[in-house]
Amino acid sequence: MKRTIYFKNHPKIIATSTVAGPKESNGSINKYFEVKLNDDMFGEDTFEKAETKMLYTVIKNSIKNAKYDEDNIDCIIAGDLLNQIISSTFSARKFKCGYLGVYNACATFSESLIVGASMVDGGYMNNVICCSSSHFSSAERQYRYPLELGNTRPPQSQWTITGAGASLISSNGVGPMITAGTIGRVVDYGITDANNMGAAMAPAACDTLFAHFKETGLTPDYYDLIITGDLGTLGSRILKDLIWEKGYDIEKQHVDCGELVYNICEQEYQGGSGAGCSALVFNSYVYNKLNKGLYKKVLLVATGALLSTVSTQQGESIPAIAHAVVVEGNI
Amino acid sequence: MEDNKDFINKNYIEYVKGVSPKTNQKRTLLHAFWVGGVICSIGQTFRYLLQFGFNLSGDELSGYVSMIMIFLGAFLTGLGIYDRIGKYAGGGSIVPITGFANSVVSPAIEFKTEGFIYGTAAKMFVIAGPIIVFGIVSSVIVGLLYFIGFRIF
Repeated sequence: MKRTIYFKNHPKIIATSTVAGPKESNGSINKYFEVKLNDDMFGEDTFEKAETKMLYTVIKNSIKNAKYDEDNIDCIIAGDLLNQIISSTFSARKFKCGYLGVYNACATFSESLIVGASMVDGGYMNNVICCSSSHFSSAERQYRYPLELGNTRPPQSQWTITGAGASLISSNGVGPMITAGTIGRVVDYGITDANNMGAAMAPAACDTLFAHFKETGLTPDYYDLIITGDLGTLGSRILKDLIWEKGYDIEKQHVDCGELVYNICEQEYQGGSGAGCSALVFNSYVYNKLNKGLYKKVLLVATGALLSTVSTQQGESIPAIAHAVVVEGNI
Repeated sequence: MEDNKDFINKNYIEYVKGVSPKTNQKRTLLHAFWVGGVICSIGQTFRYLLQFGFNLSGDELSGYVSMIMIFLGAFLTGLGIYDRIGKYAGGGSIVPITGFANSVVSPAIEFKTEGFIYGTAAKMFVIAGPIIVFGIVSSVIVGLLYFIGFRIF
């Protein structure tokens, strides 16, 4: 069994684009975001339409940032958290190119990068856009309670990010290269608390990281940055413990997107989560540092909790997945 | 759930319990106590006002007080204030009748985008529904017990 694939032709991320919600735009890495919203409705009349518009905007802007035309794009690979991934499909209906919908909860972005890089590396396509999004308000009404309901959040809970990010992967051009990817396995350790996503997802992240290190023969020192998707503060701590037990120490390289996004003193307990989390942070902060040569080798491990409201109500535990993507700077 | 058992990792679940942050109960109880107390005091104030100002009594009096409190709960929900109170007070603002109003009005506002019939009207009792069902069922049981007890003794 082999889960790591190598992209020998080095597909490049030639452009990215991000849209961040109002809360994220006041967070700690806000200066890297391309579009910052003051209004979480984005001028639309429903939250679902706002999320669709966010995804449409990042796709459009990534094409613009690459100085490409819409006709140059072969395929859009997108995903989000809403039922039947409507934000992705509804934003893709405005484009003429092909569309692949992907879903792996909050690991959607790294999944789309692996699929996109495979398409480009195999020579089937030249330019592919990989993107994902999430919106706090649309996710909250689908998974939890109405916004106006006066209830408290437990201290282990996370806050779904309002944001979207897109990467344009191309066979030629200049930009950080995607050199390898490790496909995740569905892992379930029996966590049933839907508020404790970090604990549910940490074993999946550990499993993927362990497989990656074992199959490539690399150690954590090889990377300048090992960035997980949305484990949050608690999940990050658990991951470090779990991977340490397996004989790897990632303390020095590890950062979590969810921990980065908000200012720590806020009420969001463990940090951000959602399919937009890794997409937003990777396509702004990490991409910027890769382009400047501050990071040379980055391992993105986006994690997803594969639950639904039905599975939670039926008392099922939460399966999780993590996909790893290696991105190396070109400078 | 028989097939669930082979992957459940008991050690891990125990470990997670150990590292997960605990709710600070002293603080949350204090918040719930004083906010809940203030809400009840407001209700009591209206009760005295109606009792001595308008000479109401009995069922009429409690009916009017409930109506005023429900209106206030719904109104503050509409203004987006009640959820902030709830985030701070927890049970203190859920248990009084204003919390019940909040649980009916909040889904009604939220699902307005799906239309008045399938959105507002259909989703209005998503949260309050169980409270109504169990309220009625338990009142029937208590009523029966009371009836039987009254007959025997």
